[in-house]
Amino acid sequence: MSLDSILGLFGTSAELGLITSLTVLALFLSYSMLNVCDLSTDGCFTFGATVGAVVAISGHPYLSIVAAMAAGMISGLVTALLQTKLGVNSLLAGIVVNTGLYSINIAVMSGSSILNMNKTETVFTKMKGLLGGTFLEGYYKIIVALIAVVAVIVFLTLFLRTRLGLAIRATGNNPMMVRSSSINPTFTTIVGLCIANSFTALSGCLLAQSQKSVNIDIGSGILTVALASLLIGNAFIGVGKKIPFRAIGAVIGALIFRIVYMIALRLDMPAYMLKFVSAVIVVIAISAPYLKKQFPTFKRRIKHMTSKGDRRDA
Amino acid sequence: MLDIRNINKTFGIGTVNEKKALVDLSLHVNESDFITIIGANGAGKSTLFNAIAGTFLTDSGEIILDGKDITLLPEHKRAKDIGRLFQDPMLGTAPDMSVEENLVLAAGHGGWLSSISSDDRKKFRDTLSLLDMGLEDRMSHPVGLLSGGQRQALTLIMATINKPKLLMLDEHTAALDPGAAEKVLALTKKIVEEEKITCLMITHNMQSAIDLGNRLLMMENGNIIYDISGEQKQKLKIEDLVSMFKKASGKDLDNDRMLLSTDDTQ
Repeated sequence: MSLDSILGLFGTSAELGLITSLTVLALFLSYSMLNVCDLSTDGCFTFGATVGAVVAISGHPYLSIVAAMAAGMISGLVTALLQTKLGVNSLLAGIVVNTGLYSINIAVMSGSSILNMNKTETVFTKMKGLLGGTFLEGYYKIIVALIAVVAVIVFLTLFLRTRLGLAIRATGNNPMMVRSSSINPTFTTIVGLCIANSFTALSGCLLAQSQKSVNIDIGSGILTVALASLLIGNAFIGVGKKIPFRAIGAVIGALIFRIVYMIALRLDMPAYMLKFVSAVIVVIAISAPYLKKQFPTFKRRIKHMTSKGDRRDA
Repeated sequence: MLDIRNINKTFGIGTVNEKKALVDLSLHVNESDFITIIGANGAGKSTLFNAIAGTFLTDSGEIILDGKDITLLPEHKRAKDIGRLFQDPMLGTAPDMSVEENLVLAAGHGGWLSSISSDDRKKFRDTLSLLDMGLEDRMSHPVGLLSGGQRQALTLIMATINKPKLLMLDEHTAALDPGAAEKVLALTKKIVEEEKITCLMITHNMQSAIDLGNRLLMMENGNIIYDISGEQKQKLKIEDLVSMFKKASGKDLDNDRMLLSTDDTQ
C-alpha cells in the first residue's frame, strides 16, 4: 500500500473521529458531568442530520448548522422535561424520545428515509471553495470538523467555569448540595441536557453534510461508539484532570477509536462489525475497574479453596 | 425570626405504618437565639428540620421566617435564607469538585455566567485559614480527598459564608471522630456567636445541649415537651434532664446513645 493511501485512510479516520468527537463531548457533559446516560443520543444525532440536511438543501448552508443545533436543544429539552417534571425515569425518558424522534426524522425528510445532498451547498463545500488553490485544499473536511471541535472545547472550558457550569457539575455529583446552594437541580439538568444535545445534533449535521447524504440509520449506535470513545479518552487522560484536558481526552478517545477501527478493517474485519466492537469496548471499559477491584477477593477465594484442599489431603 | 404555628405532619396516612411525626407543633425563635434540641430517636427532631427546610410540605399550619411566609416555598428557595448541616459529612459538599468550586457555588453571588474573581479567591483563602486545617493551601483539591472533619468544617463555612437567617445543625458532629467533633463544635460556637446567627442544633450529647446556646428544647412524640432558657438553662444538669424526660413521657430515657454520651467531654 502506498504512503498516499495510508495518509488518506488516516485522514478519513481523523475526519470521522473529529465529527463523532462532538457527540463524545456531548456525553462528556451529560454522562460525565451531569451523570445522566442520555439514551436519546442516537435519535438526536439523526435529528441534527435530517434538520441540517433539509435546511442546507433549501439553500442555507450556515443556517443549517444553527437549525440543527436548535433542533438538538429542543430534543434535549423534551428529554429533560420528561425526567424532571413528569417523573419519567431518566433512562426511559431517553428511550422514549429516541423512539419518538424516529417518526419525527422521517417527517423532517418529508416521508422519505434518505436524502441526497450531492449538489447541495454545505459548510464543507463552502470551505472547499474558500481553500481552493491553497495547499490546504485537500483537508477542507478535517478543517471544518476541527473548527467545530475547538469551538465546542473552548465553550465547554469557559462554560463549566461559570456559576451555572459549576452548578451543572455539582448536580451530577451531589444534587442535595445544589439545592442547599439555593439552585434548582431541575433547572441545571434542563440546561445541561439542552447544551449536550445541541452538540450531538451538530455532530449529526456535520456527518451528513460531509458524506453528502443522510439516511434514517445515520445515528444508530452512535451512543455506544461515543461512550466507548469517552471511556478510552478517560483511560488515556485520567479522570481527575482539569476540564480542558478531559475534553481534549474525549476527542483523543474518538480518534483512537476510529484509528483502531480502521486498522481492524485493514485486517479484513467486515465493516458491519463496527457496532459489535464498540459494544465490546464499552463493556470492557466499564467493567475493567470493577473487576480490578474484585480481583483480590477472587484471589482470596481461590487461595482459601486450594488451602482447604491441602488440609484435607494431609 | 422564625415562627412555626401549629404544624402537623403525618407519614403514610391511611396505612398500617401511619406515623404522626409532628403534632400541632408551635415554636417561636427569637433573633440570634442559639437553641439546642434533644429527644429520643423518633421524637421528631429531624422531621422538624425537614419541615422548616422544605424537604417536604407540612399537612397544616404555617411557617414564617423573618416575616415571610415560607410554608409552601420549595426547598432550594428556602435555602437562600437557611443553612443546614447533616450528620453525614458527605451530604453537604460535591466530592469531585475542588474546595474552591464548592465555595463558589455556596457563595452564590453574581449571575449565572459569572466566574470566580481574584477577590473571591482571596476572600475564600482568608475564610478557610480561620479553620486552621490547612485547607487554604488545598483550594484546588477535590473535596472527596478531605477527611470527614475537614468536609464538615468546609460545609459549615459554606452554610455561613453568606450569613443565613437560620442555621440548622442536625447532629453535625455525631459521625466524626472525637478530636474532629470537638474542633467542628468549637468552630460552630465561634461562628454562631461572632456572626450572631440564629441557630437550631440537634444533639444527642446532653452535655453539649446544656453547655451550648441560650435555650434548650426537649422533643417527644412530635412535639416540644420542654422549652428551657435563661437562668434556668444555665443551672440545668444532666440528671435534671433525665428526670424531666421520665416525668413527661412516663418512661425511662432508655436511649443508650443519649445516656452514654453524657460523660463525653466534647
